[in-house]
Amino acid sequence: MTPRKDLLDIASLTDEEIEFVLANAGPFKDLFKRTVKKVPTLKGKSVLTLFYEPSTRTRSSFEVAASRLSADVIGFDIESSSVVKGESVLDTVETLESMKVDYIIVRHKKSGTPNLIAQNTRASVINAGDGWHAHPTQALLDAFTLREKFKDLRGARVLIVGDIQHSRVARSTSLILRRLGMNVAYLSPGSMMPREIPQEIAQFGNWDDALAWRPDVVYLLRVQSERMDEPFFPSAAEYHRNYGLTDARVDIIRERGLWLMHPGPVNRGVEITDRGMNYEKSLINQQVENGIAVRMSVLYWLKPGAEG
Amino acid sequence: MDSTFAVDAPALPRSSQGVPDSSPTQRQLLDAAGVNRCLDEIAEAIYERWKDEEKLALVGVYRRGVPFAEALGARLIAKGLQIELGKIDITQYRDDLHSFTVLPKLEGSEIDFDLDDAVVILCDEVVYTARTSRAALEELLGFGRPRMVQIAALVDRAGRELPFTADFAGLKVDLPKEDRVRVRFAAMDGRDEVFVTAWHNKTA
Repeated sequence: MTPRKDLLDIASLTDEEIEFVLANAGPFKDLFKRTVKKVPTLKGKSVLTLFYEPSTRTRSSFEVAASRLSADVIGFDIESSSVVKGESVLDTVETLESMKVDYIIVRHKKSGTPNLIAQNTRASVINAGDGWHAHPTQALLDAFTLREKFKDLRGARVLIVGDIQHSRVARSTSLILRRLGMNVAYLSPGSMMPREIPQEIAQFGNWDDALAWRPDVVYLLRVQSERMDEPFFPSAAEYHRNYGLTDARVDIIRERGLWLMHPGPVNRGVEITDRGMNYEKSLINQQVENGIAVRMSVLYWLKPGAEG
Repeated sequence: MDSTFAVDAPALPRSSQGVPDSSPTQRQLLDAAGVNRCLDEIAEAIYERWKDEEKLALVGVYRRGVPFAEALGARLIAKGLQIELGKIDITQYRDDLHSFTVLPKLEGSEIDFDLDDAVVILCDEVVYTARTSRAALEELLGFGRPRMVQIAALVDRAGRELPFTADFAGLKVDLPKEDRVRVRFAAMDGRDEVFVTAWHNKTA
């Protein structure tokens, strides 16, 4: 496989590239079982995390992935940096360019910021989430996690539940899963359902209809109050009652043996309950573990200065 | 070992880019009988050295070190030894990985036995510069602490760039650096053969 410079979204990946990243994630995951969980792949390379939005797991997942590839990992702390003094993104990138970092992992609340950075640096840029646009490594780890559970993803059904409109996870993950042949449906309050949705995606407004669609996987999104300009539902309690995975709904999905996913971090009592978190067919912890392997696979594949 | 002899051969033309494997620029060094004679001799030498060892493992280096290790393993089992088999993927340890224009798909190493205190024979079909041996050794040591590691090579080619020795070797050759020694194994390629061709593929 020819290396690529950046990973900005799922849409720009070829089927072969998706397959390459997913296939290589397996050997990287096997590494976690060894006494030495480290390979020298990126020895001497530097990986910088540039997070303009708060993040715990994505950022540390990238940091662990880069460390296990023997890269030097530098966290660019936005809170204490010149950004708060008004430095523009491109000025920051120019500074980083002078530092000769090889990989920049970027998260920003504005869609398209990673693309802008990628055009202005020789370093490989990985989009770790930009606005409502894309979160490609989340999509890749979700696909990898499901491929561990399904012999063939084609025809399997995943129901994505929650705030679709504001969710880059919903966008990227539903795109990759559909490209791998899964059927995708959305369950969302009307105010959180995007206006334009591909025809192949079924839309539901309540759990009864959505469960009648017979999903194999329930994928809960996080309720993201920080990305909303105004509240889209009256209260957390009401959201929970109508769209959350209540204890009663946990019992239903357990009875049907459905897989449960969530990109984290969870809001207990809103989209999920304690019982849901303890559900035995929850893949949430595996998503976290697989996230490291998939990000290692992405770092292995990207090459600073490569074309495209 | 009586199969140990030097092959004194002229350099092959370097114009064989993209030429299929049946190219007339190839020259055979060992036919199937020769390969099997070497395998028998290497297996016999390993047997003599390690027949009393309780934890003996053969670890093949991807790709053709794997059928090489399996061929040796089958012979040692036939002699009554108990052995473990493993596989090593050295891609992550290659010192030239950053210069690749095409990245290899990872196979993943498989060491499904307890490596600690084992005697390990790293099996590589050709040992030449020993950069592969160095990478394989590093990858192997990530799995534990073997008591001893030795190297078996079907072809031991002169031209070391690192201080490694093939402890067990079949054919020994000294060839011009333009030449590339390649091995086919029946289990993977349909026939057993060692031949010389010209370099044309940097990632291989």
